Amino acid sequence: MAGTFYDQISANRRNSLFLALAVILLLAVLGFAIGYAISGRAAGAVGAVVIAVIIGSVAALGSYFGGDKLVLTVSDAKEVDPTSAPQLMNVVQELAIAANIPMPKVYLIDDTAPNAFATGRDPKHASVAITSGLLQKLDREELQGVIGHELSHVRNFDIRFALIVGVLVGSIALLSDFFLRFTFWGGGRRSSSDSKGGANALQAVMFVVAIVLAILAPIAARAVQLAVSRQREYLADASSVDLTRNPAGLERALAIIAEDKEVLEVANRATQHLYFTNPIKKFEERSSNLWSTHPPIVDRINRLRQLTGEGPLDATETHELAGLD
Amino acid sequence: MNPLIVVLIVVLILAALVVAIYNGLVQRRLRIDEAFAQIEVQLKRRHDLIPNLVNAVKGYMGFEQDVLTQVTQARANAVAAGAQGPAQQAQAENVLTGALRSLFAVVENYPDLKASTNVLELQEQLTTTENQISFSRQHYNATVLDYNTSIATFPNALIAGPFGFTKREFFDAEPEAAEVPVVQLR
Repeated sequence: MAGTFYDQISANRRNSLFLALAVILLLAVLGFAIGYAISGRAAGAVGAVVIAVIIGSVAALGSYFGGDKLVLTVSDAKEVDPTSAPQLMNVVQELAIAANIPMPKVYLIDDTAPNAFATGRDPKHASVAITSGLLQKLDREELQGVIGHELSHVRNFDIRFALIVGVLVGSIALLSDFFLRFTFWGGGRRSSSDSKGGANALQAVMFVVAIVLAILAPIAARAVQLAVSRQREYLADASSVDLTRNPAGLERALAIIAEDKEVLEVANRATQHLYFTNPIKKFEERSSNLWSTHPPIVDRINRLRQLTGEGPLDATETHELAGLD
Repeated sequence: MNPLIVVLIVVLILAALVVAIYNGLVQRRLRIDEAFAQIEVQLKRRHDLIPNLVNAVKGYMGFEQDVLTQVTQARANAVAAGAQGPAQQAQAENVLTGALRSLFAVVENYPDLKASTNVLELQEQLTTTENQISFSRQHYNATVLDYNTSIATFPNALIAGPFGFTKREFFDAEPEAAEVPVVQLR
């Protein structure tokens, strides 16, 4: 791995900023095309850009300051009473020291499916949530591996990225959806018939551009977001081992979670990318496809096995673990 | 341009560079002290926990007095070593870690002890303290390495000497200490 983890973190923060700006730019372009298509005038288009960027920024700011609370509430996570789970609190404290970040808030989700996620805007305002199933099914070393992974997300500022870019991608989808429904109901036609010939031709072009953008932009934005998200899962696994110096614990934890067939009820499409492993199980074989939020578990385990010099899992073991992605 | 002004500008730029490097080195040195303070907090916590553990197991382990004396003695030495700098302190703490390990190994032979919630709790406490010590040590050593490298490399090395930045000692881990301590609860 190139450079120290400090370099990785600053690279991550730069990339996050760059990606957020790129998504805002995409939002502005989409707003311009839609505004022009609907109003037929440059002034209208600029107005639409302003509205789109304002909506995006407000949504991003809202999620920056309140997104973690929302995610925790939606996931039905309750703050842990330190005396009820001393080992969990100890493990989090240990790894917070290892990662050199302040102790995050710890939440428990009452669900037997083993999983975990971290959220917040920076290490000083971070929360880690663990399901009760994870606590029951993992031993101390395995728990260390999972918590190490989550605290790496905190330390690497992945949690901020997940909050902000998630919401911006959401606003693009919302705007596109709004426009496509609007055109479907014939909204664009009324204003285009009022305009003059020259403007009309340009408006017609913009109309087509807007429709194409409205279809492609959400897909492109989501694909980029997911590619980055998968990359960061690998980085968090590697960072976790860097913290715990114990690849075996994380490897066993991944295997146990992959074999577990229970479904995490509180997870949904909007929060699935936050979790330790993808909480939404699928029953078909399409592992490394464009739309998964996480890399395949088998792949994650094999990368850890490389660290310990073991060979990759054999075919039957792989088959046993391939149920989840 | 007046050559005097050129010289002046060059001197000013050099002075600014020296100040920047000096501040960077001071900051790195402060990070070491901060990291060391963190280790000390946990070492203190471990020293405070040990008498409780010794008291909890004393009643059961009448025949294994020497193990208990060993732990008590190692603890006293570790406390005393606190004033002698990182290297000695690390050594005394490693002896204490070893003594604790043999104590927990002996505990395994006493089913009553293994089942006692009090002992289990203390065991978890000591395990986490031990982990915290080793993680703080990782962090401390990384900070020291970063500092030692930076004062030894150009151009910082030119400034480190005259301003009294000297190499710091590592808080040495025993050879096998990269592993998780062998305190098994089950």
